[in-house]
Amino acid sequence: MADHHEHHAPTGLKRWLFSTNHKDIGSLYLWFSFIMFLIGGLLAMVIRTELLYPGMQVVDPDFFNQMTTTHGLIMVFGAVMPAFVGLANWMIPLMIGAPDMALPRMNNWSFWILPAAFAILVSSVLMSAFGPGHPQAPNFGWTFYAPLSTTYGPASTDFFILSVHMMGISSIMGAINVIVTVLNMRAPGMTMMKMPLFVWTWLITAFLLIAVMPVLAGAVTMMLTDRHFGTSFFNAAGGGDPVLFQHIFWFFGHPEVYIMILPAFGVVSAIIPTFARKPLFGYASMVYATGSIALLSFVVWAHHMFAVGMPLAGMLFFMYMTMLISVPTGVKVFNWVATMWRGSLTFELPMKWAIAFVILFTIGGLSGLMLAITPADIQYHDSYFVVAHFHYVLVSGAIFSMFAAVYYWLPKWTGVMYDKFWGEVHFWSSLLSVNLLFFPMHFVGLAGMPRRYADYALQFADYNFWISIGGFWFGISQLFLLWVLIKACFLKKGEKATAEVWENPEGLEWTVPSPAPFHTFDTPPVVK
Amino acid sequence: MAEKTTQYYVPESSPWPLMGSIGLLLLAVGGANFIQQHTDKVQNDGKLGGVILAIGVLWMIGVMFMWWRDTVKESLGGLHSHQMDRSYRQGMIWFIFSEVMFFGAFFGALFYTRWLIVPWLGGAGSNAMTHELLWPNFQAMWPLLVAPDGRTTAAMGAWGLPAINTAILLTSSITLTIAHHALLANQRGKVIAFQAATIVLAVIFLGLQALEYVHAYHMGLTIDAGIYGSLFFLMTGFHGAHVFLGTIFMIVTFLRVLKGHYTPENHFAWEAAAWYWHFVDVVWLFLFVAVYWL
Ligand code: HEM
Ligand SMILES: [Cu+2]
Repeated sequence: MADHHEHHAPTGLKRWLFSTNHKDIGSLYLWFSFIMFLIGGLLAMVIRTELLYPGMQVVDPDFFNQMTTTHGLIMVFGAVMPAFVGLANWMIPLMIGAPDMALPRMNNWSFWILPAAFAILVSSVLMSAFGPGHPQAPNFGWTFYAPLSTTYGPASTDFFILSVHMMGISSIMGAINVIVTVLNMRAPGMTMMKMPLFVWTWLITAFLLIAVMPVLAGAVTMMLTDRHFGTSFFNAAGGGDPVLFQHIFWFFGHPEVYIMILPAFGVVSAIIPTFARKPLFGYASMVYATGSIALLSFVVWAHHMFAVGMPLAGMLFFMYMTMLISVPTGVKVFNWVATMWRGSLTFELPMKWAIAFVILFTIGGLSGLMLAITPADIQYHDSYFVVAHFHYVLVSGAIFSMFAAVYYWLPKWTGVMYDKFWGEVHFWSSLLSVNLLFFPMHFVGLAGMPRRYADYALQFADYNFWISIGGFWFGISQLFLLWVLIKACFLKKGEKATAEVWENPEGLEWTVPSPAPFHTFDTPPVVK
Repeated sequence: MAEKTTQYYVPESSPWPLMGSIGLLLLAVGGANFIQQHTDKVQNDGKLGGVILAIGVLWMIGVMFMWWRDTVKESLGGLHSHQMDRSYRQGMIWFIFSEVMFFGAFFGALFYTRWLIVPWLGGAGSNAMTHELLWPNFQAMWPLLVAPDGRTTAAMGAWGLPAINTAILLTSSITLTIAHHALLANQRGKVIAFQAATIVLAVIFLGLQALEYVHAYHMGLTIDAGIYGSLFFLMTGFHGAHVFLGTIFMIVTFLRVLKGHYTPENHFAWEAAAWYWHFVDVVWLFLFVAVYWL
């Protein structure tokens, strides 16, 4: 469906700075997140260099803590979340037949807050590494538990707090935009139960964002007043409790991990049917599973706090609720596998990433289930086993799904096919290295290696060596992606893509030309 | 061109979002520096925090003015459709929901403190040894007048100023609703009268809240003497800040009523301000019960 009364796209710097176009803003989000992914990756390289051999190697322990902290914060808030928002921006209007996002100016504001917020966070890392006197960057872990972040937090903490407020404002506005777009801008005939799953998962993700980002804002606000105005929220001597911080943080934090994985479920649910050449198995059950995961995610937060000391009834409640979440998660995995069952499968790159996602995410889900068992978790907690768990779900889960999405929709975005050779190299190189990087972490974790230390006991030396090798390898592998992206986005080199790109893919986005014109669906399509 | 109005209006590019981000950056950098330079928690020898913060505030006011001016122009120019009106309404509802969750964090902290932390510090449950070893003289009570480390404070009763303030806010919601009905019936004189009354009540409420703070400090109820004062001041303070914003919002829509911007069909901004007002009103009722009364 081509649009013939195409407006002229604004040009130059203004096009990007003042944009109200969902595709341009989507591209900004995606590039921003990729840059953050590379910066966060560099910090991880520092961590793995230090841990390559036992004993202190290159950085002092305090700087090491700053690295683990800022690596986590940048990856969560700067890489994964904005990447999915970028995807939402690009794809949701195309998928539901809308001319743009519902609130285009607010959309641009949501984006431009992020570079400002991360300028603050990244500058504290730079100052710590290179500035005069090396003022400390945040060094209390990405979970910024009190009192590490209140009584003992460095001066940069206050800047960090306000940058978290900015990220929160950005996420909330982005989420409001998604919800309103989905509820209000669907083309005629696009009923809720006809929406692509990616749209559904984002709708629910947006709800989670609006529900929990303000809670995070409340938590950092209490931190700020505890630090400077003498309040006692997280101070037992004044009648408060540091554990209160953990409750508030994880009330945000657990839904947050689903914020990072639900859109991934949507991506995979779009890709697998295309390359299995079969409709998605169990569409309605997917929708309900997503909804129940989201609701349950509000009542499992204290599984992060089993070791802190809680009444027995609380521990049991949170254990059972956590285990309950694996039921809808299992439904999803089952449906993906059932979609592939007896399909005529082909293994183009998006499909390879999607299958890798299904398998590796499941490994992460299973280790999550182990962590959900309270008595076991008291052993595993704060060990590398937890690190292995959440990197399987986040790196080979959320980030692999982003890669799948990029390879799947890149031809639609740029009009050219990705470079297949370097794409394959990127895939295989990442797949092997990610497992070398994270799988042995299960073993060292179970054997008792604690997380967030700059050094380790000698018996962990061999594993850590190989983990570090895996880390460097994974890091370098992402440069192949960088090349694939530069080639497609800027050099525009590659096979010209058709509107459909793949063989009979489902969805309105494939009815517009590739690259998608600046304005699409000015007159809404009719969906039968 | 008749078709144009049935289409969704996608605005041309606009500088205000970017300017708004710069404003937030100024607020954050200025705010953090300002706080550090005026408290003694960390060493910050700079002097400019307050200046940057003030520039940020002015900047944001300017951006909001310009941004909304564009929106108002478009609305008066007939570019807004019903569908767009729905977008704005839904957007506002979800924004209010996010505010509810923000207050939720503080209410959560309040109940967790009252029902769990304070009793535990006093030895309840399996915490007899905690009590014995940390602060054996500590007595669990609410309001917590003596903190575990011995700092003392005072409690704010419910039936003086707070009760009067409750009555004021409730009345203001009623006057606002009357104004709303008048707006729908296109009775501009009545809208003006009752919205003006609402604004007057709002200002009185804010004045009395300020008076109550003065009173609190005279009684010895301070923000830095334990969890009761922390909760009291942050919860009522954030509520007051929201009332303040709501009042400004209300004044803006009032001026627009005077200019005749609203019709019974097209008055989203007016209604958004009204919703916001009802929201701060409801939050107050919960505050009155949970913070002052019980
Ligand atoms: C099958 C579902 C899952 C279960 C049962 C589960 C369970 C758990 C448990 C019990 C912990 C706490 C471990 C500890 O600290 O002792 C944990 C940690 C974590 N999980 Fe999961 N999880 C699941 C899925 C996910 C997903 C999908 C994500 C993100 C995409 C995720 C991200 C995380 C993160 C980031 C942490 C570590 C937080 C930290 O302490 O830094 N989990 N998980
Ligand atoms: Cu969790």
